Amino acid sequence: MLDLLKSALGNSDLAEIVWLSLRVSGIALVFATVVGIPIGSALGLGRFVGRRLLVALMYTGMGFPPVVIGLFVYLLLSRSGPLGGLNSPLVPNLFTPGAMVLAQSIIAFPLVAGFTMAAVMGVDAGLRQQVRSLGATDWQTTVTVLLEAKVGVIVAVIAGFGGIISEVGAVMLVGGNIEGRTRVLTTAIVLETRQGNFEMALALGAILLAITFVVNVLMLRLQGKAFTE
Amino acid sequence: MNSAKPPAYIIENLTKVYKTRTVLDVNYLEVRAGEILAIVGPSGSGKSTLLRLLNFLEPPSSGQITYGQEVFGPERSVSLAARRSVTTVSQRPILLDRSVRANVEFGLRLRGQRDRDGQVRDALQRVGLAALEGQHARTLSGGEAQRVALARALVVHPGALLLDEPTANLDPYNVGVIEESIRALNSERGTTMVLVTHNIFQARRLADRVALILDGKIVEQAETEAFFEKPADSRSKAFIRGEMVY
Repeated sequence: MLDLLKSALGNSDLAEIVWLSLRVSGIALVFATVVGIPIGSALGLGRFVGRRLLVALMYTGMGFPPVVIGLFVYLLLSRSGPLGGLNSPLVPNLFTPGAMVLAQSIIAFPLVAGFTMAAVMGVDAGLRQQVRSLGATDWQTTVTVLLEAKVGVIVAVIAGFGGIISEVGAVMLVGGNIEGRTRVLTTAIVLETRQGNFEMALALGAILLAITFVVNVLMLRLQGKAFTE
Repeated sequence: MNSAKPPAYIIENLTKVYKTRTVLDVNYLEVRAGEILAIVGPSGSGKSTLLRLLNFLEPPSSGQITYGQEVFGPERSVSLAARRSVTTVSQRPILLDRSVRANVEFGLRLRGQRDRDGQVRDALQRVGLAALEGQHARTLSGGEAQRVALARALVVHPGALLLDEPTANLDPYNVGVIEESIRALNSERGTTMVLVTHNIFQARRLADRVALILDGKIVEQAETEAFFEKPADSRSKAFIRGEMVY
């Protein structure tokens, strides 16, 4: 196994697979975070008509099977689909990393938004009032609450990352597991397993676990003192 | 306090209704510039609601509050400058999960002020906590936390300081420090203050005028001496005697 891991690590194809995995999941996580944190904050802090419905939809999205999201994106991007037929440069083609990023962004978004919402809702309502009383604008109040909920917000990002780096169904559907183009760690593991190369599949699994571990440790460092205390 | 001073606040026909319950119904009340007005009354009488409205944190259901040149009403908000000239110290000090220093300078940061060191030090000295500047807010006792909350409010030099039971549940030493800081701030800077308390002794010690609020309505308002020595309303007399009033 160790030899296999060594040979796998020395393999240039593997480096490409690892790089693509990180690139696709990393870009998807950035999109999901940029959209998810503001929306999660708005749902957690705002009071508006339709909020309950949106929260229910958000919770549903958190438990949505990734493969169904993959199917949804597949249908959207296929030539006869509503987006695929547009031939727009803004719409990624099926079986490209762009399509995989889109699918993973949709998977990660409710996780980031939902956990952010829960984190900001956990901040003492009196603190928000106190912050406003000290002269904060709406924007300053939201940023202050997010900073107070920092630990929970980072957990939201970690949950989003965990949900997509380990995901296989959606990337398989919209990416197609094409060698040298859309093959990522999870789809490579599936392929190796199907071909009976269990040791290689295990070695790839170990690499995936190691990547997830390192990324999570880095994110935990962002939690700073709050985590170490 | 000189009664000829112009009012800082004029409250007219002010009501606050939550669902179907009217919790505040004030026909007319003035807060004079530079005075300490104590609002006394039993729990649930609408004192804290009145402070939230005076701090423009929530709109009234009807009526208006005139603050300086600005009018605050159900459909009218005030400018950020007006909002930033009023701040509240609440009964429960809720500090940020940061150092004492970071908490005190928070209001200055919101206003984009630089050169905060001297102001933070001065504010902490006023409440006797200069030595705790670098300490984390979580490690403070209840009394210390309340003094930090007071320093955090006074560092922004508010035109009006609203105090919501600022010494409730504190030991006599901390009560003394806070009352002394309030007195000094009022006399040195002329800060207008509205002190909500159910401690009539504190109202008598600190206030220039006292108003009794019952069931959301102002029952009586008078100079402190007159309020305690010659209360006009029977409910004020009963409240001063420590009896239950409704």
